[in-house]
Amino acid sequence: MSWSMLLPLLVVASSLVPGCLIFLLREDRVRTRSVLNLAGAVLKVVLVAAMVWGVSQGETFQLSYPLLPGISFGLNAAPFSLLFVTLSAVLWLFTTIYAMGYLKGSPQRSRFFGFFSLCVSATAGIALAANLLTFLIFYEMLTLTTYPLVVHRGTEQALRGGRIYLAYTVLGGAILLLAIAWLQTTAGTLEFVEGGFAGSLAAPQHAALRWIFALLVVGFGIKAALVPLHSWLPQAMVAPAPVSALLHAVAVVKAGAFGIVRVIYDVFGVEFCIELGVTQPLAIAAAITILYGSLRALFQDNLKRRLAFSTISQVSYIVLGAAVLGPTATIGGTVHLVHQGIMKITLFFAAGNLAETLGVQKVSEMDGVGWRMPGTMASFTIAALGMIGLPPMAGFISKWYLASGALEAGQTWVVGVLLASSALNALYFLPILYAAWFHPPRADWPKSADRGRFETRLTLLLPPMATAAATLLAGLFAQLPFSPLDWARFIVAREYPP
Amino acid sequence: MPDLVIVAPILVPLVAGVVAYVAGRLRRGVAIAVAVLQLPLACGLAWEVLRRGPLHYEVGGWSAPLGIQLYADGLTALMICMASIVELAVGVYALGYFEWTERESQPSDHTPPGPSATGPAATGTTTSESAKRSRGGSFWPLSLLLAGSLNGLFLSGDIFNLYISLELLTLAAVGLIGLAASLDALAAALRYLLIAVVGSLFYLLGVSFLYSLYGTLDWQQLAMRFEFDFVSRCAIVLLVLGLLVKAALFPLHFWLPAAHGSAPSPASALLSGLVLKAAFFVILRLWFEVFPHPRLALAGQLLGGLGAAAILWGSLQAIRQRRLKLLVAYSSVAQIGYLFLVFALASDPAVAWNAWSGTAYFMLSHACAKSAAFLAVGSLQLAARGGEIEDVTGAAADHPVTVYAFALAGVGLMGLPPSGGFVAKWLLLRAALESHQVGLAIVMLAGGVLAVGYVFRVLGRAFAATDGAPQRPIPRLMQWTPLVLALVSVGLGLVALQPLELLRIGAPFAPSSSAQSAGLSEQAGLGEQAGLGEQAGLGEQAGANP
Repeated sequence: MSWSMLLPLLVVASSLVPGCLIFLLREDRVRTRSVLNLAGAVLKVVLVAAMVWGVSQGETFQLSYPLLPGISFGLNAAPFSLLFVTLSAVLWLFTTIYAMGYLKGSPQRSRFFGFFSLCVSATAGIALAANLLTFLIFYEMLTLTTYPLVVHRGTEQALRGGRIYLAYTVLGGAILLLAIAWLQTTAGTLEFVEGGFAGSLAAPQHAALRWIFALLVVGFGIKAALVPLHSWLPQAMVAPAPVSALLHAVAVVKAGAFGIVRVIYDVFGVEFCIELGVTQPLAIAAAITILYGSLRALFQDNLKRRLAFSTISQVSYIVLGAAVLGPTATIGGTVHLVHQGIMKITLFFAAGNLAETLGVQKVSEMDGVGWRMPGTMASFTIAALGMIGLPPMAGFISKWYLASGALEAGQTWVVGVLLASSALNALYFLPILYAAWFHPPRADWPKSADRGRFETRLTLLLPPMATAAATLLAGLFAQLPFSPLDWARFIVAREYPP
Repeated sequence: MPDLVIVAPILVPLVAGVVAYVAGRLRRGVAIAVAVLQLPLACGLAWEVLRRGPLHYEVGGWSAPLGIQLYADGLTALMICMASIVELAVGVYALGYFEWTERESQPSDHTPPGPSATGPAATGTTTSESAKRSRGGSFWPLSLLLAGSLNGLFLSGDIFNLYISLELLTLAAVGLIGLAASLDALAAALRYLLIAVVGSLFYLLGVSFLYSLYGTLDWQQLAMRFEFDFVSRCAIVLLVLGLLVKAALFPLHFWLPAAHGSAPSPASALLSGLVLKAAFFVILRLWFEVFPHPRLALAGQLLGGLGAAAILWGSLQAIRQRRLKLLVAYSSVAQIGYLFLVFALASDPAVAWNAWSGTAYFMLSHACAKSAAFLAVGSLQLAARGGEIEDVTGAAADHPVTVYAFALAGVGLMGLPPSGGFVAKWLLLRAALESHQVGLAIVMLAGGVLAVGYVFRVLGRAFAATDGAPQRPIPRLMQWTPLVLALVSVGLGLVALQPLELLRIGAPFAPSSSAQSAGLSEQAGLGEQAGLGEQAGLGEQAGANP
């Protein structure tokens, strides 16, 4: 087995193996567990970096193992896969550090970190999957391994959230399985190909292909929280903050959006999608989701709930970018996969800090909180402004490319949607920022016992500051090589052959 | 040497069973030694079959019409491997289980199967210490008898032998259910005995019909001589009906939950994992290799329909149960339903191989997953001092290994990738879609979703926070054996190619090459359907004027 076959497998295993080892650890082995966690996370980042370098030099990394006649378990480091796997590997490192601080002293940490690592392995597998079946394997693994995290606190509310999460995602998985089996029956292959493989099928099968497309989008759309399949996401925010970060930014929602994009580009192919006429309905669904999520976010007083509805809205930018069909819009959607991830994880980290340090969970309790926790709130501010789409933050780049891509494709209405959404984003984020910085602070902040010399524990403070810095840098230096935008262009150049 | 390979899987456990019966304190050792030995024996048989094709053996040199025929093809070998894996795991688990239940002087494990089954729930609190010791002790000879008769059944080359091994199997199973020694268990055991005997009688009647018609019991000779006249059809009905009762196909499943729910957990694992499969194996054999199955398309549709009903009904019942073991037992009712879909699916020759091999793989994977689930549940309810689902609240904190074992077994039952259950379901699903039986495909998927419902009813409670007292510790053997078996059931999804290769040997169907290429299979599917309709029509006509 050569290095180029081994590397994708190692990327998956670098969190799978530590995860399994962590399950076996006794609860009080804090140091061993931390070492395993961090070693796995750092190793994964290093391996992914090696793969990114290799692919940019024209190497290929792939591995295939036959499961049944005609279908195989395959990993392939396609450029688009690398974008997602890099995002999840880097954010996982931050989230692990954050979670170690967040869960300090709470029970059942071995279980938590075990499933946490399995979750990220599943995400890496989803990113690197070379065919739909491998995608499905890891997709279902993700469902199963996030359930214990969502119900981690074991309260009735958590269990209820978990049940709803499970009901939605399992149904999504079943729909996907049907679609994939049907696709295999019709097309005879499931391997992702740049430019798609379904286009070569004869015209009588186009009706079936439309159905398959719809089923695939619904199956992935449940995790991507497309309206009206989104209800599980606000319920699942009962989970601890690092899990919310994982759900919203690193793994679950992203996996759904990533799946939809792969279906459009690597299963059906752009031109064939236009021929089938399936993308316009999808673009409309994404637009509705964007507006609906933003509208609902306006009326949430619970901070995490507001952020959850904001996720519903923001993730659909990715879908919208793919559905508008045009190289520029695709760049916007693809790069938003990364940008939304780093911005949203910053917001959730900050919200977790407020709840953990001060017990603040509602927007109405945030008066003057900026002066009590300046580092946290500065990060929150940067990420929120990015979400609104202000330059020079990363969110601006996404929206700029989306809007100009829509104009290029002649879909002017999309620009309207984007403007309306930006206005709504401003409406639900700016009051928070105003209250946090310009309202007089409350006098009676609870005294937290172990916060160290800073506003809170360093393990809680540094991750949001780092990701906020990344938000700024991704926007400021978008033109440099290996920036998310640069990589998105590289991907799109391969999906749209000249 | 080849003779030994085919005879040993039957003789070794049977002889050991007799030895174990008289061996007193050594019986545990004998039983475990045989369980360990069985695995290489099974692998040896599989190897011989792979190397030389189907094996025939005439016991004592007596040939077909009179003598005892043994026959091994890929399906046989796979089934014997399945049995030996499950028996080994159950044997190791039982070591810990019976030692522990005997030490804890509590009549713990018998599950009163709820008010619906036998009225007032009465646990057998009256069993004396000595009685308990003996019930642990009789597990070993009974399980060996079960192992021997099961292998005998899989290896049978004639339909009368099949009858004898079925009867032996039933007796062993009744004994195992009765081991729980509670009133409910005894009632369930007795009920099972009566029902199984009725089933056997039907089967025997069918055998006698066929013998009087064709003058042979060897099923390969029968297959050649089979004609589709009235008496033969009666014989088919009798044979299948008798076996359906034993295989507990909906709506003939009524005896199953009480019997499997009240047996001691290791026994439940054997019963649900293996004994049900035995009856199904006989139907599968007869249907596709003896009966002229293309003319049975309508009956096949009926069986498939009952299978679909079983999937839905069993899953819904499992979701409604309040007792752990009844939940797992109803899950068996549902999973048996998947097996019967093959009779509807395989009537289309284009997809017959996928359906048939998927079903065989389903048996293997379900045997491992369901046994692991029963073993895990047995540990959980001993630890929790109660068999209600509510009792496992918080178990994930105290017994994570066991809870994960149940979860992984659940992955197999739900048919999620990459488990063996998924591979089987994938093959069945492909068959259903290619033969345009979309309804069955939807039922399969719905069954998977419902399975998540019942598996997570238990897991949800296990992950719940509790402020109650910590649960009792349980021996490591009882924690890790279910986990290993569950891992096997999941791992089966990754190594499916070799078992499928084995299955091809002596199989009634061959993989169709046209199924691989896209447009072709579409046309083939349509063409075959038309052909099928004609055949079904013929069958009906023949039925109209006997």
